[in-house]
Amino acid sequence: MGLLNIFKRKKIEGIDNTMYLTLRDERRISKENNKIIKYYERMKARKNVPEEEYLTQMRDPNNVVEFENLHTYFFTDVGTVKSVNGVSFDVPQGKIVGIVGESGCGKSVTSLSLMQLVQAPTGQIVEGSIRYKANDGKCYEITKVPRDKMLKIRGKDISMIFQEPMTSLNPVFRIGEQMDEVVLLHEDGMTPESAKKRSIEMLRLVGIAMPEKIYSKYPHELSGGMRQRVMIAMALSCNPRLIIADEPTTALDVTIQAQILELLREIKEKINGSIMLITHDLGVIAEMADLVVVMYAGRIIEKGTVREIFHSPKHPYTIGLMKSKPSGKTTDDRLFSIKGQVPNPINMPDHCYFYNRCDRAMEVCLGEYPKLIQFSPTHFAACYLYDESRLSGDDLAKE
Amino acid sequence: MEKAKIDNDYILEVKNLKKYYPVSRFSISKNRAYVKAVDDISFKIKRGTTMGLVGESGCGKTTAGRSILRLHDITGGQVVFDGKDLSKISPGKLRRMRPQMQMIFQDPYSSLSPRMPVGEIIGEAVREHRIVPKSQYRSYILKVMRDCGLQPQYFYRYPHEFSGGQRQRISIARAVALNPKFIVCDEPLSALDVSIQAQIINLMKDLQEQYGYTYLFISHDLSVVEYISDTIGVMYLGSMMEMGDKKRIFENPMHPYTKALLSAVPISDPDVKMNRIILSGDIPSPVNPPSGCKFRTRCQSCMEVCARKVPKLKEYEEGHMVACHLYSQD
Amino acid sequence: MTDKERNKAMSYTDNNNTEPELVQNFRVISPGRMVAKRFFKSKLSIAGLIMIIFVFIFSFVGPLIIDATWGYKETQVFKIERNTDMVTVAQFTGPDGRTYDYYDKSQTVIIFKAPPSAEHWLGTDTSGFDIFTRLMYGGRISLVISFIVIFLETLVGIILGGLAGYFGKWVDQLIMRIVDVFACLPYLPILLVLSAAISSIETIPAEHRIYYLMAFITLMGWTGVARIVRGQILMLREQEYMMAATTTGISSIHKIFRHLIPNTMPQLIVSATLGLGGVILYESTLSYLGLGVPFPRAAWGSMIALADPSRGQEILAYYPNMWVPAGILIVVTVLGFSFIGDGLRDAFDPRMKR
Repeated sequence: MGLLNIFKRKKIEGIDNTMYLTLRDERRISKENNKIIKYYERMKARKNVPEEEYLTQMRDPNNVVEFENLHTYFFTDVGTVKSVNGVSFDVPQGKIVGIVGESGCGKSVTSLSLMQLVQAPTGQIVEGSIRYKANDGKCYEITKVPRDKMLKIRGKDISMIFQEPMTSLNPVFRIGEQMDEVVLLHEDGMTPESAKKRSIEMLRLVGIAMPEKIYSKYPHELSGGMRQRVMIAMALSCNPRLIIADEPTTALDVTIQAQILELLREIKEKINGSIMLITHDLGVIAEMADLVVVMYAGRIIEKGTVREIFHSPKHPYTIGLMKSKPSGKTTDDRLFSIKGQVPNPINMPDHCYFYNRCDRAMEVCLGEYPKLIQFSPTHFAACYLYDESRLSGDDLAKE
Repeated sequence: MEKAKIDNDYILEVKNLKKYYPVSRFSISKNRAYVKAVDDISFKIKRGTTMGLVGESGCGKTTAGRSILRLHDITGGQVVFDGKDLSKISPGKLRRMRPQMQMIFQDPYSSLSPRMPVGEIIGEAVREHRIVPKSQYRSYILKVMRDCGLQPQYFYRYPHEFSGGQRQRISIARAVALNPKFIVCDEPLSALDVSIQAQIINLMKDLQEQYGYTYLFISHDLSVVEYISDTIGVMYLGSMMEMGDKKRIFENPMHPYTKALLSAVPISDPDVKMNRIILSGDIPSPVNPPSGCKFRTRCQSCMEVCARKVPKLKEYEEGHMVACHLYSQD
Repeated sequence: MTDKERNKAMSYTDNNNTEPELVQNFRVISPGRMVAKRFFKSKLSIAGLIMIIFVFIFSFVGPLIIDATWGYKETQVFKIERNTDMVTVAQFTGPDGRTYDYYDKSQTVIIFKAPPSAEHWLGTDTSGFDIFTRLMYGGRISLVISFIVIFLETLVGIILGGLAGYFGKWVDQLIMRIVDVFACLPYLPILLVLSAAISSIETIPAEHRIYYLMAFITLMGWTGVARIVRGQILMLREQEYMMAATTTGISSIHKIFRHLIPNTMPQLIVSATLGLGGVILYESTLSYLGLGVPFPRAAWGSMIALADPSRGQEILAYYPNMWVPAGILIVVTVLGFSFIGDGLRDAFDPRMKR
């Protein structure tokens, strides 16, 4: 009899509503999803697309990447997860842009969208544009680039460093073989000998003492920090203009983390590229980034220069995040904590996603999602606290 | 008389604790290689205080925590808990003593049995040890759940419905329900988001205030350890490098490793630029640690004596012990 | 710090601090229910379930209906007379030295091998038994055998594999070496030899042969279960909740029965379901070779054996009604169990899929 209950429909107030979907609902959702997914997949698989279709102009020639109103959704069987929901920011040439947020806030998906590496077929870029200026001066509209062309851009112009140095190297090949492969694939006119030379040069660049020795080793013979260095060397081997570092130090110890961060900064100077640094660690951001983007539940809630964000944070979430990290200066008996937890990404409400965790929530917050409000040429935050036109007299009185 | 007093002050006393793991189980040669996960550490924890154990991965801090709770056999040394030597106690007696010392685990996803509802996870051992009379069982569990910030409706729910932070609360409730005196917290925050970490730290502090628990807080996150601990031990490759009051360690770190460790912590302020000591190289393999001082391969002030002699942990000022040749060893 | 502050930080929506109601006004989604939901999501597992339910109704309810309506028994002989053309062909050498064909057409009366009719849906076989009825009885015995064997295999496997996994050291060594020895014996030849030996011992009555058969299949099959259980236990012992059980001082018995065994169940259920089909195949093979279920009793394997070409091509060629239905049933059953097993595996561990 227990089995039959599954088919019954009941309304339950619960933590995770997605578990209470009936089979019929799930079937319906997956049918709808299939239709959508098929459309996007067909768009990506096109061949011989004329260049005009995906070439574009940058808004500002100093930027390497411009995200504009990017929406990346995951069409799962339990509902649509709006992982990235209208994100716009720029990565200027030669700067480090830090994207900070908690797990599931869409910071990784944003960077994967740029690489067209969002896990298909469930994950799709639905709306918006990502403009990327390549080495050869052409500007690509990443969301429209067909798959075969993307292979050329990926790895050569944009490279990525992942969180887990353990799993991002193939355990059955020597370090050298894996590095050479990248070079041979992306650089024209490379012979195996010159590729090896380049790889060893790159290994030396990332501060490995005996690059020849490391070159002929297997990944399991190296420590975590060493592997991350190799990953960075690999990412550098094709002279990228942009490096995406997705939690590059999360799996490492503090002393090793310090080494790797130091290295990243040096590298940036050397190659004059840009870095998109994705992390949940505010300390790392404060130390590394020039510009900061704070994300929460798929949206940018605040962005600005690192000083603006750390010295005058505006959004209650940013403020809370800074206060909840203990530091030597914390003398209070209690640590400030943001109540509640990250909302379920499915069936998000229309109002501000931070509403139920915010200690300064107002009535107006239950209205439509707040727009980004400008504080300085670079500093924006999405919160009604600073929107004077929207504050009713009542709310102002409360303040 | 004198001895009883000491026992009363300190709930836990670890003396020369050693835990070695054989490298290969079926080695033929007699000189087996060992991983010295914990190599001769000693410390005491005062009742109602928190001791923080910090170090990088592989330094043996987790093994130390598990050895103290006798979750595995120890190679040598003594663990005196509440006046009783745990290494000499019989398994049956140990089992009955278990409720007094609990553990909070690192991974909130694997530390809860997936096939048990929350009420059962928390209450199973309460029933087994008859912590409360049967008639009060349910209201007791609900009270513990409320203490830990869990809604009573969760009683019948299963772990898979919860997020990491709530699972960690369940894990804490399971430990707290047994009325322990001492709780080992093995990296309870490392799997959680920053905003949730603060909630869990506050919860743990509240519970300590309310019930006077003693914590051994194992973590690699120095800022958290600084916030929550009263005393701190810094471990490196199975040995204790520096130990003492929080204030003294953070204001006046003496050991080069502690100094490097403290300076490596990123600070959430873009204008403060730390005078960072960047350690070169990696942590050596614990199978074959360096002779003498284990830290000497990465130490910037390494001397000739460091390779020859193992530095002893000595007290230099009140409540501050260091094992380093830079300071006189006499 | 005041209590008020604490409550603010600790509770989300819980505002009644009095004795809370535990009324279940919500549905608890237990792991079992999640598994069921995922199971029913796959069309293939539903197909498998329908197949198995059909076979079950056919073999367990079917005989009751037959009893109540036609009243046919498993070994009831029906002698149905019918005329059939008999053609005799021969060659002979004529007086002129040439070879001539002799061709004679006559009529004869046969009482067995009746064709399908309203009374006998699939006709009767060479002994005059009603094939449709015997398919039901054959299914019954196949299913009973396979369930008993799988139950025994699992039981032995859990006990020995559990001992090996939980205690480790020399117990583990001993049991796993025994498992290795059993695992390297060739399954089918050994079964053939043992069954042949049993059927040649005259002191064992033919009806009891089936019990020995089950014992042999069990003996050869438990090793797989033991390996799974041992592997699972070794893996589970490393899980933090097992360590948590130790730190909370839960006794060994409770640890085994409340934590270890429930968590090995998913693997066991899957392997048992997939094993059911295998046992049915072995039973059919043995029956086909005449070493399984003894003659007057029905078995799918022995029904197919009627079409054995070594006994003449006639049945294979002209009487598909005698052997094709049994073959179809075997395929349906084995396939059904496989589908269910696969569906369960995906349902228990969604990561296995895709």
